[in-house]
Amino acid sequence: MAKRLWAVFMARNIEFIRDRTALIWSLFFPLLLILAFAFAFSDDARESQHVAVFGTQPDTGFFQLKHITWHPVTDLDVGKNKISRHQYDLLINTNTQQFWYNPDSTKGYFLSQILSTKGFKQNTIEGEAIRYVHWVIPGIITMNMMFSALYGVGFVIIRYRKIGVLKRLKATPLSAFEFLTAQVLSRLAVILVTSILVFLCVAWVIDFPMRGSYLDLLILYGIGSLSMISLGLIFASRIANEEMANGVLNLITWPMILLSGIWFSVDNLHPSIQTIAHLLPLTHITEGARAIMIDGQGLWEIADNLLFCVATAVLFLAIGAYWFVWDQQ
Amino acid sequence: MPQPILAAHNLVKHYKTLCAVDNVSLELTEGHCLGLLGPNGAGKTTTIEMLEGIVTPTTGEVLYQGNALGKAFRNQAGIMFQATALQDYITVKESLVLFSQLYPNTVPLEQLIETCTLQSFLHQDNRKLSGGQRQRLLLALALANDPTVLFLDEPTTGLDPQARRNLWTLIDTVKTQGKAILLTTHYMDEAYQLCDELVIMDHGKIIAQDTPQALLQQHFSESILQLPAAALPNNITLTEVRLKHHTERTEILTKNIDTTIKELQSQNISLAQLQIREHTLDDLFLEITGHELRQ
Repeated sequence: MAKRLWAVFMARNIEFIRDRTALIWSLFFPLLLILAFAFAFSDDARESQHVAVFGTQPDTGFFQLKHITWHPVTDLDVGKNKISRHQYDLLINTNTQQFWYNPDSTKGYFLSQILSTKGFKQNTIEGEAIRYVHWVIPGIITMNMMFSALYGVGFVIIRYRKIGVLKRLKATPLSAFEFLTAQVLSRLAVILVTSILVFLCVAWVIDFPMRGSYLDLLILYGIGSLSMISLGLIFASRIANEEMANGVLNLITWPMILLSGIWFSVDNLHPSIQTIAHLLPLTHITEGARAIMIDGQGLWEIADNLLFCVATAVLFLAIGAYWFVWDQQ
Repeated sequence: MPQPILAAHNLVKHYKTLCAVDNVSLELTEGHCLGLLGPNGAGKTTTIEMLEGIVTPTTGEVLYQGNALGKAFRNQAGIMFQATALQDYITVKESLVLFSQLYPNTVPLEQLIETCTLQSFLHQDNRKLSGGQRQRLLLALALANDPTVLFLDEPTTGLDPQARRNLWTLIDTVKTQGKAILLTTHYMDEAYQLCDELVIMDHGKIIAQDTPQALLQQHFSESILQLPAAALPNNITLTEVRLKHHTERTEILTKNIDTTIKELQSQNISLAQLQIREHTLDDLFLEITGHELRQ
């Protein structure tokens, strides 16, 4: 079994490495996207002031000021963390008449000067600003992983089925389990290697701050990739042609691109949409990657995200293997 | 009578309302090449794919060495499909290595390369092979596990005459190694050259089965005299013959060549361009499957 699995694994790897278009696209697409964002959001200028409010927000005085975006928060620590990252300019606790700001934030400083005259107690939280490009990098890397997993496995298997490669392999002692495992492992290796290369290039080009453990990130990406690849297997299990596959894969990828917090925080979505977003594996991979890379958290802190990815990987793999057919009789 | 390596009993295959194969039974024995012939849509490929274990019969069974098709069959069967794609960007040698690693018992790579004369394009990408090279590679892949039973589904379709004859030589070599071969083909000369026994199918059923010589003898007792159409007048009278008129030639089917030639000479017919031939498998094929164009 190991010999057959290894043979198919190696054949798929050789095919990917020699397919220059696929190789270049896997590496350069995410890099180009990140560099474009780095350029577009280079000064991170925001028109509006962002003030978070913990407790009931009055509708008088300071709280009636224009050109302020108000963010109700239910967890004071989350709000403080965002102050440290310059994601909020000010955090006000209306219950205790206190506020927090980051002295390195220009907007936070001016808002604090206004609010301190209203009898609120002033607190400071220090921390380096998170540029939008830094915030979006984990999302882009996970998005690239999603494309690589779904198209690199799903699409390839469907093409194999269409042109008759699967039919030929069916006529050998190779089992469906061995074939699928080899495809999953091959794509997992590809995703991890390309993600590491993209990460290194990004770190080199735009001085990306990495606060967590590289090993934790690798583990998260490994488990996350398995979940996404297994999702690809479900769609590869039966579809007979690339045209249909394209439609189905678009149907899966677009909601994930829009709802998984790649471009904006899931916290800003309507609560019902947030619930849907948290049913998508990509949301958990993106959240976990941000927690490690930006907040310096460890595996224990992102255990929920990891468990979700493990559960979906097992579920999707089981469904994909059960439904798999070599060819359409 | 040698024990069959592969035996199919009463195979039936329905696709929705279409009955593609209807009650087909046949056997393959060691060192024997069985040819499966029939017009397009006769059910040849469905039959061979049921024998290969690729398509599941609606009813009936296929036994390999007395047992249902299983792991032993997969390990010992060599298959060359009518249309097989290989992975892109893989070389001939890498394809051979891949397939060799899928089987427990294999032919040494060097022997495989030599048998199928792959040396000159061993490091070439699968996508860049000529038709003949590609078929030789596919045959090599089918032989990688040193099979006891070999399925060849139209192995020479689309090849030029040299490449076809080259592949015939290879298949002949394989036959001498004692393997049981099932061959489907559209080429009657190929069937005549390679097959020990023929099965002719039409509309999903076997309509004739025997050795090529026996089939010819069963269906034809006449010889054919061919003359240019212009050489024979319209009012010619010949005894105990059948005439077949074609655009440029006329065929005289007779059981007694000497008598017919004497009759032609007595009527001052020029025999300068006379050709005498026996019936071929092409004639047999048309005789028993009809002349109409199949969809």
